[in-house]
Amino acid sequence: MLKVRNLKVSFRTEQGVVRAVDDVSFDVGEGEILGVVGESGSGKTVSLLSVIGLIIDPNAVIEGSIVYKNRELIGLPQRELRHVRGNEIAMIFQDPMTAMTPVYTIGWQIAEQVMTHNRMSKSAARQRAVDLLAEVGFANPAAAVDRYPHELSGGMRQRAVIAMALSCNPSLLIADEPTTALDVTVQAQILDLIQKLRRDHGSAVVLITHDMGVVAEVADRVLVMYAGRIVEHGSKRELFKAPWHPYTWGLLDSIPPMEGARPRRLKSIGGNPPSLLALPPGCAFAPRCRHKFHRCSQRPGLAGTDGHQAACFLPPSERETARAARTPVAAGAS
Amino acid sequence: MTDQTASPADLATATRAAHVGRGPWVTALRKLRSDSAAVLALFFFLVIVALCLLAPLYATYVAKTDPFRSNLSGKIEVGGETVPIMATSTEGLGLGFTPIGPTWDPTAYMLGADAQGRDVAARLLYGGRNSLLIAGASTLICLILAAIVGLVAGFFGGWIDWVLSRCLDVLWAFPVYLLAISLSIVLISHGVDIGPISINAGSLALPIFIIGIIFVPYVARPIRGQVLSLKESEFVLAAVGLGVPAYRILLRDILPNVTTTLIVFVPLLMAINMVTESALSFLSIGVQQPNASWGTIIQDGQGLLYTRPMVAMAPGIAIVLTVLTLNVFGDGLRDALDPRSKLRIGTT
Amino acid sequence: MLLALIRRVGQMLFVMFGISVLVFLIFFATPGADPAARIAGRNASPETLQAVRLDFGLDKPLPVQYAKMMTKLFITRDLTSFVNRGWKVIPAVMDVVPVTLSLVIGAAVLWMAGGIAIGLIAAATRGSLLDRSLMMLGLIGVSMPVFWLGEVMNLLTQSRLHGTWLFSWVPPLGYKPLSTDPAGWFLTLVIPWITLATLYMGLYGRVLRANLVEAGQEDYIRTARAKGLSETRIMIRHALRTSLVTIVTLFGLDFGALVGGAALLTEVVFGLQGIGKLTYDALKNLDLPIIMATVMYASFFVVTANALVDMLYVVLDPRVRTRGRSN
Repeated sequence: MLKVRNLKVSFRTEQGVVRAVDDVSFDVGEGEILGVVGESGSGKTVSLLSVIGLIIDPNAVIEGSIVYKNRELIGLPQRELRHVRGNEIAMIFQDPMTAMTPVYTIGWQIAEQVMTHNRMSKSAARQRAVDLLAEVGFANPAAAVDRYPHELSGGMRQRAVIAMALSCNPSLLIADEPTTALDVTVQAQILDLIQKLRRDHGSAVVLITHDMGVVAEVADRVLVMYAGRIVEHGSKRELFKAPWHPYTWGLLDSIPPMEGARPRRLKSIGGNPPSLLALPPGCAFAPRCRHKFHRCSQRPGLAGTDGHQAACFLPPSERETARAARTPVAAGAS
Repeated sequence: MTDQTASPADLATATRAAHVGRGPWVTALRKLRSDSAAVLALFFFLVIVALCLLAPLYATYVAKTDPFRSNLSGKIEVGGETVPIMATSTEGLGLGFTPIGPTWDPTAYMLGADAQGRDVAARLLYGGRNSLLIAGASTLICLILAAIVGLVAGFFGGWIDWVLSRCLDVLWAFPVYLLAISLSIVLISHGVDIGPISINAGSLALPIFIIGIIFVPYVARPIRGQVLSLKESEFVLAAVGLGVPAYRILLRDILPNVTTTLIVFVPLLMAINMVTESALSFLSIGVQQPNASWGTIIQDGQGLLYTRPMVAMAPGIAIVLTVLTLNVFGDGLRDALDPRSKLRIGTT
Repeated sequence: MLLALIRRVGQMLFVMFGISVLVFLIFFATPGADPAARIAGRNASPETLQAVRLDFGLDKPLPVQYAKMMTKLFITRDLTSFVNRGWKVIPAVMDVVPVTLSLVIGAAVLWMAGGIAIGLIAAATRGSLLDRSLMMLGLIGVSMPVFWLGEVMNLLTQSRLHGTWLFSWVPPLGYKPLSTDPAGWFLTLVIPWITLATLYMGLYGRVLRANLVEAGQEDYIRTARAKGLSETRIMIRHALRTSLVTIVTLFGLDFGALVGGAALLTEVVFGLQGIGKLTYDALKNLDLPIIMATVMYASFFVVTANALVDMLYVVLDPRVRTRGRSN
């Protein structure tokens, strides 16, 4: 349904050209949940923002191809892109506290979106807003519809934002770290909601997050990004069972273990995320990788099977041993 | 986890060491230097100040006139001809005399003469000295008073804050010009004579003082607000927790931050004060005879507005240029020091 | 919400009281000269001075003097001028109020409309030549003393360009009442309105542009864009509506400054017989009773206007209704 091919997004800045997204390609099938994982600066948000043309910085250069339902989105005039935005592809963002305009009720804002894309009377739009709020879990939607955003808690606000995003029955929902700003119990509720929506509406979801736990819970397939490039992608099961890329290993290892001895220190990936102005010529992860060798001075392409690929020169046979060398040493030593 | 605990002495040393590094002032200065509009504005402002300071030199050596003495029967040389300064006029009611218009010759009544036959250009420079002096001095007074009130009210809180805030509320609500008018008419008409202090009615100290106090709430309120929020900031709470005495917190932690706000206010307030002074002088309750300021010269030029407009136009243009440079520089200064502040440029 | 409104009214009354005390202190208690001499005007005879002392209770303690002053100003309204013998001041002030109101309200409408238009256009074309020119023009407008601008306008419209089609319609300086001559009323006020509005249009345009640009970075604007709304709708319905709050607050502050200052100066320059002109004439004659009256009434008007604007703020910004307002 969504085919992104060779997407490149760069920004001209005073200090040079920043390649925020560097030759990224991925697909999203109907009704599937794709998890996109990476640190800040990995390019995950920028890639998805460019799908619906939300990059309005005049210093941005966007190249490549984004095909949605057989329609090329790059280069589409704003007028037409607006028909897609909010209507077929919806996007929600990280911070629910500031996501809605403070001076209008949430019902008004949901109705506004509905009426922008559909011919509908005000009362019909309002009714739709009530129905949507009920769907996302508001106990008293008829009253909630007249509430202002600041009168709701964070979790309820995020639900309202999701309701608004779904108001036109989009085939694709892009959720940019929807749970990061919420506490854990609310997080679980929102994730349940997202799964329910996939079931009931059949929408596909792209879930951007830095939290592997979230991915483990809801994603069908996973995309791992680093420094603007895809370093690994595959089905959730495969990725968690047998990940191929050292960065993915680092991400998985940094999750505090639920069993076994309690570690003295939490594991982290050594070094710092690279400056996008000064990337090394070969593999972007090489400076922080324990397993780098002479081949890593070349940029690795994605290689593997149809369903599971990684951008790494490590031979498959050596992967297990390389990974094993990273597992925690027995408690007591440091 | 480290086993040592930091003693207050160590903390103080560390803080001092931190000050040695590239502080916010150096960064701000660099940013300001790269703002070409602000630098240009500052340059022009300094040119204006320099020209006005040179007024006596101009009057004595270049124009060779005494701009404070009426010169109704004088004659000057213009382009080889000798021309009377006040020519009999046939305009209007045919009653009076029309002063000479601009000659554009810097040595002879460059901008023409006013109704008393005085050299407008020379008066313009002398008037500029007073206007600039009043603007600067009143700004200084205002900022000092506002800083004290704001710091004391914000820092000590409690009933001190309540009393001061109520006073600021009332002063703030009093329309600024009406307050200036009330004070001016009471003080300037008869001068001030309180015990040992005796100020002559024509003294410049009166407008300076009046303009200095009417804008105190305008500055004191943001300062107080800033002190209040600084009080809750982590580094102040840390200092309190370490047992640092109140006056030291005030001096070393709060004052430096407040200073930034005050500095940003300087050019903006000078612009406002300059316009206020010109308005009060125009209404004859600012600078008094025989002193001149740009405002008084505009007032002088009112009678000649349709015949010799330059008398009223020139000081106005001078004010516009000065205020413009101050505003542009003030904008740049604010961007360099504190881009998130909501200070706005306002006159009147 | 009702509680907030009541509190605001209470604050307003307190401030009015404070102002009245301050005015009283300035006129009656400033050391340095005899208050009776001040009130009675120049060259007052000793009998007049004595009459003033009795009338205003100047030999009695300060609170009594204050009470007498307030009575004359508001209750009996029989405050009389000494320079213009026996002229009842309060009715004189009331008579000229319509002039000032016409000037001030007309100018306010003009500058709000102009300021919002400038701010919107500048923000929408951000970074373009149009944007920068508008901001520069605005800055120049803000830097001009209003009375001088008035003189310039007079020079152009009454003298230099009066013969041209541009300004031949401009009537001679002065005010024509709305009830007797609506067309004349309008024509005499057009140039003063423009003069007064120029100053504030520039200011408001700049402030609104800054607010809109800042609002444009906000998350809710990004959400609005993601919803598929048109840029115009986003700018007006979302960015402007939220920035309106700041503009209205500013307006409240400036309206007060306007009445006390710029309006006064404009009336003087254009010969409009309003409260400002009245005050100015009184200044020239050192006629204190009139000045006391105009200052008090004008200040009270301003305080009331500010309170109304504050209460309007509560209506405009729903965020303020539920939580208390901190200063």
